[in-house]
Amino acid sequence: MAGVTLDTVRKVYAGNVEAVKGVSLGIEDGSFCVLVGPSGCGKSTLLRMIAGLETISGGAIKIGDRVVNEVEPADRDIAMVFQNYALYPHMSVYDNMAYGLKNRGTPKDEIEKRVKEAARILAIEPFLDRKPRALSGGQRQRVAMGRAIVRKPQVFLFDEPLSNLDAKLRVQMRVEIKRLQRALGVTSVYVTHDQVEAMTLSDKLVVMSGGQIEQVGTPADVYRRPETRFVATFIGSPPMNILPGKVEGPGRVSVGGQMVNVTDMREGLAPGSAIEVGLRPEDVQAGTTGNSTLTMDVDFVEELGATQLFHGKVAGAEFVVQASTGQLAADTRSLTLAVDPQNVHLFDPQTTKRLGRQI
Amino acid sequence: MVENRPYRDLMAYLVLLMGVVIVAFPVYLAVLGSTFDAATISNGNMPLLPGDQAGINYSQALLSGGRLAREPVSMMMLNSFIMAMGIAIGKILISILSAFAVVYFSFPFRKTAFWIIFITLMLPVEVRIYPTYKIVADLGLLDTYAGLILPLIASATGTLLFRQFFMTIPDELLEASKIDGAGPFRFFKDTLLPLSITTIAALFVIQFIYGWNQYLWPLLITTKSSMQTIVIGIKKMITTQDALTEWQIAMTTAVLAMIPPVLVVIFMQRLFVKGLVETEK
Repeated sequence: MAGVTLDTVRKVYAGNVEAVKGVSLGIEDGSFCVLVGPSGCGKSTLLRMIAGLETISGGAIKIGDRVVNEVEPADRDIAMVFQNYALYPHMSVYDNMAYGLKNRGTPKDEIEKRVKEAARILAIEPFLDRKPRALSGGQRQRVAMGRAIVRKPQVFLFDEPLSNLDAKLRVQMRVEIKRLQRALGVTSVYVTHDQVEAMTLSDKLVVMSGGQIEQVGTPADVYRRPETRFVATFIGSPPMNILPGKVEGPGRVSVGGQMVNVTDMREGLAPGSAIEVGLRPEDVQAGTTGNSTLTMDVDFVEELGATQLFHGKVAGAEFVVQASTGQLAADTRSLTLAVDPQNVHLFDPQTTKRLGRQI
Repeated sequence: MVENRPYRDLMAYLVLLMGVVIVAFPVYLAVLGSTFDAATISNGNMPLLPGDQAGINYSQALLSGGRLAREPVSMMMLNSFIMAMGIAIGKILISILSAFAVVYFSFPFRKTAFWIIFITLMLPVEVRIYPTYKIVADLGLLDTYAGLILPLIASATGTLLFRQFFMTIPDELLEASKIDGAGPFRFFKDTLLPLSITTIAALFVIQFIYGWNQYLWPLLITTKSSMQTIVIGIKKMITTQDALTEWQIAMTTAVLAMIPPVLVVIFMQRLFVKGLVETEK
């Protein structure tokens, strides 16, 4: 078992396109680290550099204590699960799982023992003689994971492994991956663009954008205290509302003339300066309790079953409120929203960084 | 779709039948011709049912050949077979390896290499016949199997076919192989080759028939009758100045010449179907 350490890792493609701009990150031994971000943010490139499928333009990658910059993928002691599974179509499930071990000269009985064991864990024993094409998407995904497990690697790498599955199966496999990783205790790096996957799977969540890390933390930290506006709007569904506001004094901002109290606000902000006020749709209450309130003009309502989304405008900016079904009449045209000072996030309009209290 | 128009069906069958007759009748005639003696054929009124001379004609053709060909047809068939197999196998070997290099390795002038191969498409044997003959002659390969085979192996069709096929194989398969510890050679042997079986079979059929039917090139570089191919043998049998053409032997040889390509198609067709059913990218 080993952790993974990235030290100012860079990737520059031909034509001076910088896909990864100096990323430093420590992934603890046995933890589940998820890299999440929009497409083109460099997360897959980073994963492929850890795997050894892309060369490293600058910096160093360490697996355990060993710098692996120049080490072949097969010798890095990693295993990878691909988005399209990448199973060998002409080999049986058994051979697919055994191939890597065979190439390393593992004795036959040892191979058989490990493949059988992995098949048992993943419940794919009945399919060992089948070709991948005779399997469903979920079963293929299991085989791909089996191929990773039998190697007993130091690190698992997952490249959007659930993207090709349908929504229901995705939820099911997500749980299984998490359970499996817990049971095996192998350090895992997982790339996804799906923030629900990212939140549910990770011990350590890494939000990336434009080839750089925006924020690293536990899922709860990232959700509760987003460090930048990008993270605030990327994590959480529906995304956080951002309103233009003005600093009124310590712990007080205004949005379109309406006062809002804030708990987490940096000291020394000049009154009158512009500020961005972030509020999660699920964090505002329709009602008039408390002393900071906002009024909202409602355009239309989206029905989600358990909850309803009210779309509209607050102080001229788009705003969404999530409320339990039945709490508000569906034909509501105007709402008064109570804002808990604890739930207000402030961002600098220029740097987009969080303007919370310094810790 | 529900269709019930008997008249239309009848018409379709009639047109189809006409087509089959037009294509098949000359072949039938050749088979017929191989079952009569010379006199029956040359009096111009050949019956439409097979005669009783088949045994004599086939054994004479296979074992001693006609008066004009001087070599037994079995010998010619062997020559043709070696040439066709040599071309088919040689071409598959060379093109699969060159396509492997062009698709999976990045080396300086890779594009250039590919385009040079591509350009040879414009240069079939007939176009480059003089320089090719000169080279083969200078290498002392006249009247040898190598001389028959090598110049016909060099062309781009196979490389292009394999290149297109390799490009449809997902990159992840190569990457998975890398992580599984398979080097380039192992990847080629364990993954690429088994996946290419259908393409190989297709190319084999095309190239075997192409090689078997070669006329101009063998005519140029073989002078010894012991090296002549069956296609040339047929030609020799039917062009005569003074003697009577042995039509029964010529027909017999023509039928014999048809058999190996037909066998190759039938045998490979099974592999085609198997390949189509069994592999999936």
